[in-house]
Amino acid sequence: MKPTDTSHPDYYHKVVDCQWGCPAHTNVPEYIRLIANGQFSDAYMLNRESNVFPAILGRVCDRPCEPACRRRRVDEKPVAICRLKRVAADHRDDITDRLPTAPEQKNGKRVACIGAGCASLTVANDLVPMGYEVVIYEALDKTGGLMRTNIPAFRLPGKVLDEEINYIVDMGVDLRLNSPVNSMQALLEEGYDAVFVGSGAPKGKELNLPGRDAADRIHIGIEWLESVAFEHLDSIGEKVLIIGVGNTAMDCCRTSLRLGGKDVKVMARKPREFFKASDWELEDAEEEQVEIVINHSPKEFVIKEGKLVGMLFEQMEYDIDENGRITDSRVTGEKFFPCDDVILAIGQENAFPWIERDLGIEFDQWDVPAVDATTFQSTRAGVFFGGDSAFGPKNIIWAVEHGHQASISIHNYCQKRELTDRLPPTMNLHSTKMGIHEWSYSNDYNPASRRQMPHVELKKRFKKINIEVELGFTLDQVITEVERCMNCDVQTAFFDKLCIECDACIDICPVDCLTITHNGSEQDLRQRLSAPAENPEQDLFVSGDLPHTGRVMVKDEDVCVHCGLCAERCPTGAWDMQQFKLDIPFAEDHQ
Amino acid sequence: MSYISKPVARHPGQKKNSLGLTARDYEGGMSTLCAGCGHDSITAALIQAFFELEVPPHRVAKLSGIGCSSKTPAYFLSASHGLNSVHGRMPSIATGANAACSDLTYVGISGDGDSLSIGLGQFAHAMRRNLNMLYIIENNGVYGLTKGQFSASADIGSKSKRGVPNRFEPIDPVLTAIAMGGSFVARSFSGDKQQLVPLIKAGMAHKGFALLDIISPCVTFNDHDGSTKSYKYTRDNFTEVTHADFVPPAQEITIKYDQGSVQPVTLHDGSRIYLRKIAEDYDPSDRSSASAYIQSHQEKGEVVTGLLYMNSDAPDMHATNQTVATPLRDQDYSVLCPGADALKALQHGYR
Ligand SMILES: Cc1cc2nc3c(=O)[nH]c(=O)nc-3n(C[C@H](O)[C@H](O)[C@H](O)COP(=O)(O)OP(=O)(O)OC[C@H]3O[C@@H](n4cnc5c(N)ncnc54)[C@H](O)[C@@H]3O)c2cc1C
Ligand SMILES: Cc1ncc(C[n+]2csc(CCOP(=O)(O)OP(=O)(O)O)c2C)c(N)n1
Ligand code: SF4
Ligand code: SF4
Ligand code: SF4
Ligand SMILES: [Mg+2]
Repeated sequence: MKPTDTSHPDYYHKVVDCQWGCPAHTNVPEYIRLIANGQFSDAYMLNRESNVFPAILGRVCDRPCEPACRRRRVDEKPVAICRLKRVAADHRDDITDRLPTAPEQKNGKRVACIGAGCASLTVANDLVPMGYEVVIYEALDKTGGLMRTNIPAFRLPGKVLDEEINYIVDMGVDLRLNSPVNSMQALLEEGYDAVFVGSGAPKGKELNLPGRDAADRIHIGIEWLESVAFEHLDSIGEKVLIIGVGNTAMDCCRTSLRLGGKDVKVMARKPREFFKASDWELEDAEEEQVEIVINHSPKEFVIKEGKLVGMLFEQMEYDIDENGRITDSRVTGEKFFPCDDVILAIGQENAFPWIERDLGIEFDQWDVPAVDATTFQSTRAGVFFGGDSAFGPKNIIWAVEHGHQASISIHNYCQKRELTDRLPPTMNLHSTKMGIHEWSYSNDYNPASRRQMPHVELKKRFKKINIEVELGFTLDQVITEVERCMNCDVQTAFFDKLCIECDACIDICPVDCLTITHNGSEQDLRQRLSAPAENPEQDLFVSGDLPHTGRVMVKDEDVCVHCGLCAERCPTGAWDMQQFKLDIPFAEDHQ
Repeated sequence: MSYISKPVARHPGQKKNSLGLTARDYEGGMSTLCAGCGHDSITAALIQAFFELEVPPHRVAKLSGIGCSSKTPAYFLSASHGLNSVHGRMPSIATGANAACSDLTYVGISGDGDSLSIGLGQFAHAMRRNLNMLYIIENNGVYGLTKGQFSASADIGSKSKRGVPNRFEPIDPVLTAIAMGGSFVARSFSGDKQQLVPLIKAGMAHKGFALLDIISPCVTFNDHDGSTKSYKYTRDNFTEVTHADFVPPAQEITIKYDQGSVQPVTLHDGSRIYLRKIAEDYDPSDRSSASAYIQSHQEKGEVVTGLLYMNSDAPDMHATNQTVATPLRDQDYSVLCPGADALKALQHGYR
C-alpha cells in the first residue's frame, strides 16, 4: 500500500465515526468534552453551528451518529450522543446574545422560502445574518412543519420548538403564516432573487383495499397526527390498529394511547429485523404496552352496516437466507382483528400540485423533483429544494444539512458565482501533549455501560397528551456518559522517521491496532496484522518505510480506543495524540 | 510511567485458547519501565508464548532478582506465583523452589548485571545442576536501574552515554552457559518476536536449564551511537544462524520444509522443535564447535542469534539426584519427617 495521506481532511474525519456519520458533521467529541467541563452554553453553541436545533435534535434526532459510534464496536452500545446534546440544551444559559444577528445594512437580495419547516428555517438562519431579506411562506398558522404537526408533544414539547425557531425568526425573518403558496408561477413573478422550496413530503400513503371507502374511522397517519397536534381531535376508539411499523407508526400508537386507546396493536407484515422504526422508538412504544404483531399482511377492511368493525389479515411465512434477505414468502392463513379505528402509517410522498409543470422545473414519475445532490438547485436556475421536498422523506438533520448547502448555492447564485464554487472542508491538528504522560483530554478508558434515559412513570405520563416522557439525564448520568466517549477526534499521528521499531506501541495497545510488518497489498495486509482487520469500512493507516528495517507501521483504525498509550510508550515521540478539528464552510464563509 | 491502566477494552476478534483465556488474561500490571525499553517487548513475547502454549497461569512460578529486568515479572501473568529475590540470588531461590515443587513451570527473569556481575556464581551453579527452568537474561549491557553503569556483558570499546569506552573483557552468557552445562542455549533480540516467541516456547518445553540471552536495548542509558547493545547496532549486526520453530504435542506441522535442511528434535513432553539451519556450517548439537563458531563470529562484530546449543538428553537436577516422582510439596508429612526412630536408625547406620 502507498503511505496514507493524512493531509486530506477526509482521513482523520472518517476516524471520528460520529462526526462522519452525522449529515451536518457535528463536532460530537468536542461538545461532549465541553459538557464534561460544565460548559453547557459553549457545547450548545458548538452544536448550533452545524445542526441549528440542538434542543430539538437532542430529543428527536434520527441520530445516525449513534450506530456509527466507535464505542459500539468496542462495547456494543454507542455513546448516548443525542441525549448528551439535550444535556447541553437543558443546562445552557440564556444564549440569545451569542446568536448571529442581521446586519443593519441589507445586501439588497430577497429570497423566498416555501414552508416554515427545519429546511427553510436553516436557510433563513444562514442567510439573514449575511444581509439577505428572507420571506418564509407557511400554509399553516404555526412554524415548525412536521416537527410540530407530526412529532408528538410528549416527545418534543412545543416550548422547545418555539425557543429554537424563534432564535431564527427573531433575527428578522419576514414570516408569513397562513400563507400557502398556491402557484409557483405567481411567486416567481414577484421577482425574488432566489426561491427555496422547503415544503416537505406532505402526502400520507393510501392503502387501497376492499372496504377502504366505506368507513370514516380509517385515518392517514400524518394527517391524523396533525389533527391531534392542532387539537381538532381529542379521542379515539378503544381498539386501534396501526398499519406499518416505521417511526410514524410508533408516534401513532403512542398518541392513540393518550387519546383513549386501550388495546393498540401495530401490525407488521414482516419479522422484527425488517422493521423501519428505530430501536429506541420501538422500545419506547413497547414500554407503553403497545403490542407489535408480526407477519400479518392487511387484506381487507371489514365493514358491517356501514361501520368499521375490524381488519382481515393474511398470515405470512418467510424464507430468509443467511444474509438476512427474504428469498420467498407464502400465505399460511387468515386472521381477523376487531377494532374501532385504523391508522395507516405506511409512508409519505412528495406532492407539488401548486408547481405548474411548464416552469422548467422537472419532476420524475413519482412527483419527485430533479434536484442536484450538491447544489440543491432544480432544473430551473434560481429555484432550490431542500429537506423532504428534495429527495423524499428523510429526517430533521438531513433537512438542516440540505438547508446549509442550499444556502451556499443561493448565495453563490445571488452573487453571480458558479454554484459549484464551494469551499472544501479544511482541518486543523494540534498536539494534546501536556506533560510526559499527560494529555489535554481524558484518555483513561471508562468501561461503564450506556446510561438509560429516565422516563416519567407509566401511570403518570398518560394523564395529558403533552407530558414529555423523557426526563433528561441526571447529573450522575452525565458524568458517567461523557466519559464513555473515547475522543476519536484525538488522532494517533505517526512520524515514521522517528520510529526505532522497539515495538513498545504494539505491545501496549489494548486492542491490537498496531503492527510493524513488510508492506503488501491492502487485502494481504489486512490478514497479517496483530489482529486481522475484518471491518472493510474502517481504513488502514500505512506509514512510509521505517528507517531501520524498511518495514512499515500499519494501524487498523477499527477499534482504536484513543487511549494514547502508544504515544505514552513511544520513546522517540514517533506517535503523538493530535486533536483534529474539521472546519466546515457555511454560506457566510463564501463571502 | 503511564498514569492510566491499560484499558479493559479488547479487540472483538480476540482469540481464546483451550482454557478459554485470551492473551490479555496473561497480562500483569502496567509497566513502570521507560517508554521503549526492550524489556517490555520481552514481556509481550512472554505473554504471547504463555497464551499460545495454553499454560494455566497458576502452574507457573516467576522468579527474579533486582534490576529493571527483574521488575518485569510484575507485568505478566498476574495470576501466577512469584518471588523477587535479593540481587543476583534468584538462582538459589529457583533451585529451592524447584527442589520442593518439581511440577511447576519455572521462569527466571534476570539482567546482565543480576546474572553476570553480582550473581555470576549462583548463575553458574543453576546451569551446572541443569535445573529445569527457563532462565531469561534481558541483556542491555548496563545496570539500567542504577542509571547506566557498564555491566559485565558490555563489549570492549562500547561507549557509555557520556562517550567513555568500556575496557573490561565481557562475559558472554551464551558461551558461559555452553561451558557450564546449560542444556538449551539460545540468543535473541527483544525487537524480533518472530524469532523470540518460538524460542521462549521451546525453552519452556525443554526439560533442563534453558538459557535465553535476549539483547534488550536500554533506551535511556544505552541506545546511543557507539553502543553495541542499541536497537540500531543490534539490527545492523544481527546474524541468525539457526531458526527454531516450535510445535506443541499432538499438533500437525503446517510449515513446509525442504528435505534435509531441517532437523526435528522431539522433547520430553512430545513437543517438537524444527531447527532450520541458516548458517550451513553451524552445528547446534556439538558443544565445542558451537562455542568456536560463536566466538569467531562475535569477534567480527556479529550478534549471533538463534538456538545455539541443545542437548535434550542431559538429565536435570531431579533425575541426577534420583528424587521421588511426587513433588515434595505433595508428600505426606510422615514421609517427609518419618520420626525420631527413623532418625535414630539412620544415625545408627553411620556408626
Ligand atoms: C410522524 C413523524 C415523525 C417523525 N419523527 C421524526 C423524528 O423523531 N426525528 C426526525 O429527525 N425526523 C422525524 N420525522 C421526519 C421529519 O419531521 C421531517 O423529515 C422534517 O420535518 C422535514 O423537514 P422539512 O423542512 O423538509 O419539511 P416539513 O417539516 O414537512 O415542513 C414543511 C412545511 O411546509 C409547509 N408547506 C407545504 N406546502 C406549502 C405550500 N405550498 N405553501 C406554504 N407552505 C407549505 C408545511 O405546512 C410545513 O409546515 C418524522 C416525520 C413524521 C411524519
Ligand atoms: C546487593 C545489591 N547490590 C547492588 C544493588 C544495586 N543495584 C540495583 S539494580 C543493579 C544492577 C541491575 O542491572 P541488571 O541486572 O543488568 O538490570 P537492568 O536494570 O539493566 O535491567 C544494581 C547494581 C542492589 N540492589 N543490591
Ligand atoms: S466514542 Fe465519542 S468520538 Fe468516538 S464515535 Fe462515539 S461519540 Fe464519537
Ligand atoms: S490510542 Fe494507540 S494504544 Fe490506544 S487503542 Fe489507539 S492505537 Fe492502541
Ligand atoms: S533504565 Fe533502561 S533498562 Fe531500565 S527501564 Fe529504562 S530503558 Fe529499560
Ligand atoms: Mg542490564
